[in-house]
Amino acid sequence: MRTIRKPWLMLTVGMASIATLAAGCSSSSTPAASGSASTSASAAAEDVTLTITTFNEFGYDDLYAKYEAANPGVKIEATKAATSNEARDKMMTGLAAGSGLTDVEAIEVDWLPELMQYPDKLVDLTNDDVKGRWLDWKAAQATTPDGKLIAYGTDIGPEGVCYRSDLFAAAGLPTDRAEVAKLLTGDWDTYFKVGKDFMSKSKVPWFDSAGGIYQGMVNQMPAAYENADGTAKPLADNTEVKDAYTALMTASVTDNLSAHLGQWSDDWTNAFQNDGFATMLCPGWMLGVIEGNAAGVTGWDIADVFPGGGGNWGGSFLTVPTQSTHPEEARKFAAWLTAPEQQIAAFKAKGTFPSQVDALKSQDLLGQTNAFFNNAPTGQILATRAAAVTVSPFKGANYFAINTTVTDAIARVDVDKTDDAAASWDKAVSDFTNLGLK
Amino acid sequence: MAMTAKTGPQGSAPGSRPEARRPVPPRDEARQARRNFWGKVDVKLSPYLYISPFFILFAIVGLFPLAYTAFASMHDWNLIGGQGDFVGLGNFVDVVQQPRFMTALRNTFSIFLLSSVPQVIFAIVIAFVLDANLRARTFWRMGVLLPYVVAPVAVALIFSRAFADQSGMINSLLGSLGIDPVRWHADPLASHLAIATMVNFRWTGYNALIFLAAMQAIPGDLYEAAVLDGANRARQFFSVTVPMLRPTIIFVVITSTIGGLQIFDEPRMFDQLGQGGSDRQWMTVTMYLYELGWGSQKSFGKAAAVAWILFLVIVIIGMINFAITQRIASAGSATHATKKKVAR
Repeated sequence: MRTIRKPWLMLTVGMASIATLAAGCSSSSTPAASGSASTSASAAAEDVTLTITTFNEFGYDDLYAKYEAANPGVKIEATKAATSNEARDKMMTGLAAGSGLTDVEAIEVDWLPELMQYPDKLVDLTNDDVKGRWLDWKAAQATTPDGKLIAYGTDIGPEGVCYRSDLFAAAGLPTDRAEVAKLLTGDWDTYFKVGKDFMSKSKVPWFDSAGGIYQGMVNQMPAAYENADGTAKPLADNTEVKDAYTALMTASVTDNLSAHLGQWSDDWTNAFQNDGFATMLCPGWMLGVIEGNAAGVTGWDIADVFPGGGGNWGGSFLTVPTQSTHPEEARKFAAWLTAPEQQIAAFKAKGTFPSQVDALKSQDLLGQTNAFFNNAPTGQILATRAAAVTVSPFKGANYFAINTTVTDAIARVDVDKTDDAAASWDKAVSDFTNLGLK
Repeated sequence: MAMTAKTGPQGSAPGSRPEARRPVPPRDEARQARRNFWGKVDVKLSPYLYISPFFILFAIVGLFPLAYTAFASMHDWNLIGGQGDFVGLGNFVDVVQQPRFMTALRNTFSIFLLSSVPQVIFAIVIAFVLDANLRARTFWRMGVLLPYVVAPVAVALIFSRAFADQSGMINSLLGSLGIDPVRWHADPLASHLAIATMVNFRWTGYNALIFLAAMQAIPGDLYEAAVLDGANRARQFFSVTVPMLRPTIIFVVITSTIGGLQIFDEPRMFDQLGQGGSDRQWMTVTMYLYELGWGSQKSFGKAAAVAWILFLVIVIIGMINFAITQRIASAGSATHATKKKVAR
């Protein structure tokens, strides 16, 4: 044992170690701060490091180097989140904390209503060089009521109807995709009526999930749950939603057209392998999902039709948070990435379907076919489907809370079978009341 | 560490000569006084500094969040918008009145009971078996710990596949036995059972090892005495092993209470949506907290209120559990102190 000769020394050491410990907790923010300070200092010498976060696959990997080559002095640092949920958590936390976000942040259309409440946290990206670049409804999604464009559109999910031509043939229905498109042209009732015909000659359910169908229906309503000023429509008096719900529940349960699966559940995934259902609504990005889940199954095809007109499911955007230290450079970078040429390159790399008007006319896109879907000209079909979308549904701050009460009601009847349609609707109404929205 | 020169109690400087011991000249008196002062501080204060890192860390990552959560729970607080008006206990009243909260509480307790009770019982039995003279002892002991290595989310993914309503392995097995398929994702109790299975799968082996360690600390002469008195294996287990394990049982019950009431990963991963079922059949309190704070409402205030309610519930249940486990084998507790002495 060593006795202490200089007690004050030990005291100092002890205090210092504690100070270090305490400093350790706060130091996490220091490198970021000093780092950005040094970059902005060197920015005077026109050296800029732009950071960007995307998720899943945006198809941008090869584009960063291209941008660096075209813009000397700009360095791109890219981060890729594995899932959109992860990216959403990071985005929300970063916005809440006021720091920690990259210069360009990719977002999904589903989070837009949440972000629309805090337009001050995002840079207004309105600029002449991007005017008219996107399909009207795509740009409308990212425009605030007072006309600020807070995000640049990347991809979209125009929806067609995917079907099993072998099961159609067995039930005596046409199998050619043009004839199927003709057969299904019309509103949702037409779709359900053809389903009843089909099921009178087949044991296979007509569609996969009532929840999936409702997603298509509700996205055709201009203002499903909320008034233009953002106030919630009382669900009990919402006849538009109630009618869609009733029609869907009749088709799913009374006529038993549904396979009674929850989309993305294990049962749903497995059903692709054993003739679980004959049709499903499919946005462009769903083609890859079907191909993966139904590997080895032949007969899938896609028809250039959608009940009730057009429909879009999903899609992403690029934003520039106001906390960015180089908002102007970041905007330019985002504008370049979402330009038609780059979006075509991304489409070729990862299949993200572009939302830019000019990109939809590109021969690279229109010429695309998909071998798994019986060599269907998917590029051509989806471009037509994108043009058929007329409604840009209004989704306010409470959209998802209210939508969840309805989709829960649908799942209780369709999947769980714990309630009948009327009882489940009553539960949805009381859930809505419990949300306490004004 | 090298043994350096021994120094006097006064704490004189290194290389001090014997002359240093002569009476202190007045000039040095001030110095000596200073030394005495620092010496006293050293003796009195240093021990606290040595143990302080834990308390400082606890204050930063434990106490401060607790207090801050209490502060947030009294305000309108939006995840992004930040702090709003002071609302007092308004958030607590709001939350408690929500039927969803009661559902969450019911589910949490149901899953907790279905997991913790069998878990502790099985863990003791497994530990008792492992304590016997087995061949390849280390292999078996490592074996029971193996499920613990698997991440909870991975466990949940695997089990929710097995528990799928239409295509799951468990329902296929039940079907081959002529039993109707169980609706794991529709019936509340069935879903709780499925989730409890995941928890038990992961934690039973871990607890068994804790019990095993405690069992091995039980002195062999107790068993010898029991054998001499004619006790069979079962009697030994209930009259010697269980009473001697009491402190360990208390520990395991308290930790599994805390863990069980905070359960999140397994129920969240139980289906594809992660909100606890279309009728919230398996939504737990922590999932409800997450839904309030990070879901569509983004109400940190209400989420903080739920967090505090959960904290109080855990404290109360923990105390009840402590009281119950105190009574375990109270007959044996009279001699407990002496036995412990023997164990040393």
